[in-house]
Amino acid sequence: MDIEWFLILSALLFTIGFIGVLVRRNPVVILLCLELMLSAGALAFISFSRMLGNQDGQVFVLVVLVVAACEVVVGLGLVVAMFRRRLPLDVDEMKELKG
Amino acid sequence: MTSTWAWLVLLFPLLGSLTIGLTFKTLPDRAAGLIGIGAIVAAFVCGILAVIGLQGEPSESRHIASSLWEYAAVGDFKINLGIYVDPLSLFMVLVVTGVSSLIHIYSFSYMKSDQGYHRFFGYLNFFVFSMLVLVLAGNFIVLIVGWALVGFASYALISYWYRRSTATKAGMKAFVINVIGDIGLYVAAILIFKSIGSVDYGTVFEKAPEVFSTNSWEIVAICLCLLVGAFAKSAQMPFHTWLADAMEGPTPVSSLIHAATMVTAGVYLIARCHTLFELAPTAADVAAFVGLATLLIAGTIAIAVTDLKRIIAYSTMSQIGYMFVGVGIGAYSASMFHLMTHAFFKALLFMAAGSIISAMANMQDIDKMKGFRKAMPFTAVMLIIGSLALSGFPVMSGWFSKDEIIDFAHFRGGMYDWMWVGMLIGAFMTAIYSFRVIFRILPGPACEEAQYLIDKGHVIHGEPLNPATGEHEDTEVGYPGEEHHIAEQAGGMKFAMAVLGLLSIIAGVLQIPGVDDVVTKFLEPTFENSIFAHMEPTTSQAWLGLTEGGIISILGIAAAWLLYIKRPDLPLKFRQRFKAIHTLCVNKWYGDEIIDFLIVNPAKAIGRFCNGVFERGVINGATAGVAGLTRSAGAAVRDLQTGMLRSYAVLMLFGILAIVVYFLIRSI
Repeated sequence: MDIEWFLILSALLFTIGFIGVLVRRNPVVILLCLELMLSAGALAFISFSRMLGNQDGQVFVLVVLVVAACEVVVGLGLVVAMFRRRLPLDVDEMKELKG
Repeated sequence: MTSTWAWLVLLFPLLGSLTIGLTFKTLPDRAAGLIGIGAIVAAFVCGILAVIGLQGEPSESRHIASSLWEYAAVGDFKINLGIYVDPLSLFMVLVVTGVSSLIHIYSFSYMKSDQGYHRFFGYLNFFVFSMLVLVLAGNFIVLIVGWALVGFASYALISYWYRRSTATKAGMKAFVINVIGDIGLYVAAILIFKSIGSVDYGTVFEKAPEVFSTNSWEIVAICLCLLVGAFAKSAQMPFHTWLADAMEGPTPVSSLIHAATMVTAGVYLIARCHTLFELAPTAADVAAFVGLATLLIAGTIAIAVTDLKRIIAYSTMSQIGYMFVGVGIGAYSASMFHLMTHAFFKALLFMAAGSIISAMANMQDIDKMKGFRKAMPFTAVMLIIGSLALSGFPVMSGWFSKDEIIDFAHFRGGMYDWMWVGMLIGAFMTAIYSFRVIFRILPGPACEEAQYLIDKGHVIHGEPLNPATGEHEDTEVGYPGEEHHIAEQAGGMKFAMAVLGLLSIIAGVLQIPGVDDVVTKFLEPTFENSIFAHMEPTTSQAWLGLTEGGIISILGIAAAWLLYIKRPDLPLKFRQRFKAIHTLCVNKWYGDEIIDFLIVNPAKAIGRFCNGVFERGVINGATAGVAGLTRSAGAAVRDLQTGMLRSYAVLMLFGILAIVVYFLIRSI
């Protein structure tokens, strides 16, 4: 099987995630889309690893998974905090940092 | 040995000042006064011992330079902390310490109820130390140090009653004008160093005749710069305006600093640098002419003003004018002699005035004073003795000293004959204004304050008023105490005045022409290389001069008697008839206003310009410009920060994309 298919799938996943981040306003969905983008990256790593025949890419994927887990912890924590303070779950409403 | 005594002369007042200054909080009541008196008397005794030591040397080696350590060194150029002991400096030492001792004794009683008693004696001792540094200095740098220190001491003592706004302002004025003089002295020292390569008196005076040709522009410039210093310190035109205001200080200060010692520093300076001034006859003539102008103008002002202390202050300016003429025309020993007798009788006059002002509860207007002959007989006698000596009444000390200067001008002849005439007119005015004071305040029915003194036997308690402005004063520290002391009731004052009175009468015997000439002979080693050293009037000429002077003085006293006793309406008539002249004199020839117009106001205008244009425009503009630039740069990039999470995501992504694409393209 050619590596192109894997990479095309990876790019497709990444684009879906990216569009999701851009168009959705619910922070939970944005986090989901981020995970999708990370997974796309991980898929690309594994594909290259398979193509080159060594394990470096797989090690990277493990690291990416750990980072992704941490990121989800922080992101969901923020979502819970927003929910507790009865803030709207909408990233466009949260723009106090405007310069 | 002689130089050791001279160093001790310096040491005692310094120790006295330091002791009082450092321990005044723990000192018992009168201790500061006693320490002060002790220090100055000790210095006086050391001065006498130094003179005895110096007289033991042969005449040609009567100048000793001694130095303790190096004061400053720049490369090969070294300045020693050195003193120069010769008859001239010791003469000044004796005058300064002698008169200072008496004035300290006077102040011991006079300042008794002042709250700043310790401070007063601390300052006074410090002044004497500074003045002794000035006269004993062995080079121009130490001279400048002493010169500046006396300026500061004078400032501190004029502003001594610091609750009085007039006193603090007068202090500032004196200080600023004196600093202008200091600058003249600095420039002179720099020029001397540039031409001769040394600032030591010995080297400078030895080499000057080889380095400079007579009246070359360098030497004239040096002498004119020295003269700026001398004029400012000695209150000669056009730097004279501070002296009258300096009368805001306590009377002993006026007596010591602004009559007897500090203001004569200019005369001493010219006498000290006579070698330079003889190489620059133009500058010497400038000194003489300025002295002549000052003595005439100050004389007319003294006839017109009515403030007792200011009359005596203008008289001081006038007498110092005589000394300037004297040193300008080469009558050095006569000038120094007049400096000494003037110190005696002017200190005495101020002391008597202080006593009377005390009895008047600090009022100084002679129009309000009457009948003090009965109320204060001792002070009245001292005032008369001082005035007789000042106006050059025969056989008094002032007769011998002043007329010796006047006579020398006539002896030089030529254009100096005009000075001779001017000085005779000045002498006539001197007699009038001295006896104007006497005839106005001594005879007649007693005024309220004098009557109170006669009836009750003690001094009236007046309201605490500022004598200059009539404003009420607060009665804390920094204000003349409420108790006043007059000579009749204070032993110390009486003693000091009696000694000075005696000296004012008999000091003339030191210098009777053709008989002893003690002062001339004593000072001869200093002035022996002078071109005027052996130019002096013959004995008969001198006696002719003395006779003229005596006649002028008696005529002046008679004129004063006519004006103020016989026909008291005459002065008023003169005043109405010559209104313009009177206004001119009462306003001190508008000296203050002219200086305000020429210097003070332009300086203020420059200050305002600098504040308005330079400070606000350039400096503030530069700082505000930098701040504004930062702010507008911030405003320009601020719009990027929208706060929109998704727009940040877009930017980030496309940013990363751009970087990736860039590297991809590069890698191909």
